[in-house]
Amino acid sequence: MTEKPILEVENLETHFFTKAGPAKAIDNVSFTVGKGEIMGLVGESGSGKSVTGFSILGLVDAPGEVVGGKVLFKGENLIEASDKRLQELRGNKISMIFQDPMMTLNPVLRVDTQMIETIRAHEKVDKETARQRSRDALAQVGIPAAEERMRAYPHQFSGGMRQRVAIAIALLNKPDLIIADEPTTALDVTIQGQILYEAQKLCRETGTALIWITHDLAVVAGLADKISVMYAGRIVEQGDIDDVLDHPVHPYTIGLLGSVPGHNTRGTRLHQIPGMTPSLFNLPKGCAFQTRCPFADTTCTEDQAITRPIPGRAIRCCHPQREAAQ
Amino acid sequence: MTTHMLDIKNISKQFVKRLDVVAKLTNHLGAKNKEEVVHAVDDVSFSIAKGEVVGLVGESGCGKSTLGRMVAGILTPSDGEILVKGRDVTNTDGKEAVDAALQVQMIFQDPFASLNPRMRVEDIIGEAPVVHGIIPASQKAAYVEEVMARVGLDPEFRRRYPHQFSGGQRQRIGIARALAVKPEFLVCDESIAALDVSIQAQVINLFMDLRDDLDLTYLFISHDLSVVEHISDRVVIMYLGRIVEVSPTDELFEKTNHPYTTALLNEVPRIENRGLDYQPISGEIPSPLDPPSGCHFHPRCPHAMDRCRTELPLLQEVSTGRFAACHLMDEK
Amino acid sequence: MTDILQETPATETLNFKVETPLQQFVSNFCQSKIAIGALIVFGIIVFIALFAPFISPTNPYDLATVSILDAKLPPGSKSLSGVTYWLGTDGAGRGLLSSIFYGLRISLGVGVMSAVIALCFGATMGLVAAYYGGKVDTVIMRIVDIQLSFPSILVALILLAALGKGVDKITIALVIVQWAYYARTVRASALVERNKEYVEAATCLALSDRRILFRHLLPNCLPPLIVVGTVQTAHAISLEATLSFLGVGLPITEPSLGLLIANGFEYMLSGKYWISFFPGVALLITIVSINLVGDQLRDVLNPRLQR
Repeated sequence: MTEKPILEVENLETHFFTKAGPAKAIDNVSFTVGKGEIMGLVGESGSGKSVTGFSILGLVDAPGEVVGGKVLFKGENLIEASDKRLQELRGNKISMIFQDPMMTLNPVLRVDTQMIETIRAHEKVDKETARQRSRDALAQVGIPAAEERMRAYPHQFSGGMRQRVAIAIALLNKPDLIIADEPTTALDVTIQGQILYEAQKLCRETGTALIWITHDLAVVAGLADKISVMYAGRIVEQGDIDDVLDHPVHPYTIGLLGSVPGHNTRGTRLHQIPGMTPSLFNLPKGCAFQTRCPFADTTCTEDQAITRPIPGRAIRCCHPQREAAQ
Repeated sequence: MTTHMLDIKNISKQFVKRLDVVAKLTNHLGAKNKEEVVHAVDDVSFSIAKGEVVGLVGESGCGKSTLGRMVAGILTPSDGEILVKGRDVTNTDGKEAVDAALQVQMIFQDPFASLNPRMRVEDIIGEAPVVHGIIPASQKAAYVEEVMARVGLDPEFRRRYPHQFSGGQRQRIGIARALAVKPEFLVCDESIAALDVSIQAQVINLFMDLRDDLDLTYLFISHDLSVVEHISDRVVIMYLGRIVEVSPTDELFEKTNHPYTTALLNEVPRIENRGLDYQPISGEIPSPLDPPSGCHFHPRCPHAMDRCRTELPLLQEVSTGRFAACHLMDEK
Repeated sequence: MTDILQETPATETLNFKVETPLQQFVSNFCQSKIAIGALIVFGIIVFIALFAPFISPTNPYDLATVSILDAKLPPGSKSLSGVTYWLGTDGAGRGLLSSIFYGLRISLGVGVMSAVIALCFGATMGLVAAYYGGKVDTVIMRIVDIQLSFPSILVALILLAALGKGVDKITIALVIVQWAYYARTVRASALVERNKEYVEAATCLALSDRRILFRHLLPNCLPPLIVVGTVQTAHAISLEATLSFLGVGLPITEPSLGLLIANGFEYMLSGKYWISFFPGVALLITIVSINLVGDQLRDVLNPRLQR
């Protein structure tokens, strides 16, 4: 009997009301993340993946607004939660890691000050206990000589180290859910490898659920248990990681996987998806991908419902490339 | 002996932060202020034949961008020579220097910063050819349209400004700008890193088409090994300013000769690899201000010996066409 | 926190109106009603300055029409010849309204001219310092620092004591006092732009230094330059007024607003306030309108405030 999932997002809608008109940044997005599970949220720029992460935590600023749907965190709907309740949860039970660690770290405060502050904002402990916990958290993310390095300022760390400090801060209050928004995109390959390894180890050990937002399919392949592919604000394909990557059904996923150099014979022309992502102000009626889809026809102009061809798999497409029998 | 398109001989580049007046003064009073020297590129040599695509790979601080800029003529080397088609370009001036400079062009990384936001596309592309007399001013519009069509841009947009295009299109404008002066050699400095995956494929295909159509030679600088593997004939791997390995691409991905290359190849995320199960290499990339002695890689190398700490390994030919700078090669 | 619009790329076929940077700038500027108002007021002032001889009710410097019998008349009074002096007359019988019109001409002319020359010179120095760096940069910037550490009034007074009176001499003094602000502003902006890849591309394309400086760097350093330009123009006008008030600078034959205020100063305590007051108000309106326009320009041209 499986446990209740930590996070259930149902029919989430976030719209941006701008001078040029309303843009559906997130259009009917649903997914679940269970205890200890890692979900990869994959998409290119403009797909809405970052906005999804912000919407869960209520961090979307004007002109954006969450206009519909539910975000159930352990049964509690975060959309309807008060500001005070959200403040209790953020940094405590739900943490976020950003692409740029300087979005988490205050450049004029020492690292130990920031970490102790984070702990004491949510729990009544004395400074010494908080310091001890911070030290352990830094050691956990692989920072050598944690006691000494704690007293340094953020600019005295390298990029990879700073990101690790940001991860340590995210872990301080033993959250149930971590949302990581492209945390390794700006890091070198060898440093990225270290952080991915440690992230996975931590989730397995502590049972924390993790949503890893990225544009890099290969990173998600090594890390995640399940994957949701987003395009123009909608989830177009979703399911178990091996299933989706080995047997993609939506033409966009197929195109994306096909255009990766590793999937093409060396030296040949890569398969490319023609055209560009349409502007959110200019989406075609019905399926957002039809302007670039090799299988598009007139049925694509109708609104696409989410179908479940296989248990655990969801797609939003009228020309799925594999039958449910697979 | 055939003349190579590009010969790089013992190129070095140091960035020196000199002491200012205050620091010099306090030195007289006993402070030990030192000049900060960054050895961005340290005694690098290799050659590129006409029509070849050479991939240059490394992480931050390895000097690949600095090397690329020296090849393209944007930075001057502190030491060494660069020969383009057999002629030394580091010590020329006047018309010869201009001709040499136009033969080697660069495609930049950032599609937003690499175009002048206040110039129209037709001026961005057409300025240099007119200034250097490649085309007369009266033919600028027609020439620009031709170049735009070649890179896959709609010639109708030539009167627009860069901010009205997407990232992938701006990168194409940058490519058009480089092609407009009829170069023979292109240095691509992380030219696709800032683009979406689906657009990357389009631009990679464009590079390959241009190579075939215009007989171009490339130095393709990237940190993305899978792209380098796809497009390059040979690969050069750099670490902290030095070359650690040179090899034809297919041989490199079958068997590596340097522990750093091994680590790099293992760490590259691949879609086929599900579930991480290896121990990633430990340690941080050292600061270029204070590189480790001997072999730069020894603090992180799983096979480091005593010799590695003190003696600098030289780049030696290990087998035909394959070079590596590692003491382990001597043991074999 | 996120700007979805930054993530969204432009479509191949653009469906919304294609705006040139200039059109965008104009529409952004017009979003402040105060700035539009200030711009209109400044426009009127420029118009008056340009066409003073044609629209002025009297010519205060035509000795044939000026009569000492009309001296010190309060505002709104009629002269013996039937001309209404809307703002009164000064100690010599000149109509104040007309004097202000002519005075604006000189004040504005000297102020704008010196600002423009200082801008050209200062901007060039700033560009050169930023582009070449090293010793050139150090030398130019030290001169700028020394220049800026003296109060501008002091420098101007010393220069004018040496040079004497005259429109050209005061323009020179104002240029020397102002160029350093422009140089510093442009240098800061150019340093940022110089490291951008489009400048590297220009180097790669073997374009000449002069072309890179003026065709590539300068247009991208314009925003802060324009802002400093408007503020400095106002400053130049007020500085010139101060110098004229103190009696150095412009000769009596070229009366600017400052001189008019000085002329009326002796009458302030005897109740004939209008002789100083109205030129002062004219000066105030000029400077405030320029500053308000400059404020809006600063907001519009600041890339970080772009929506």
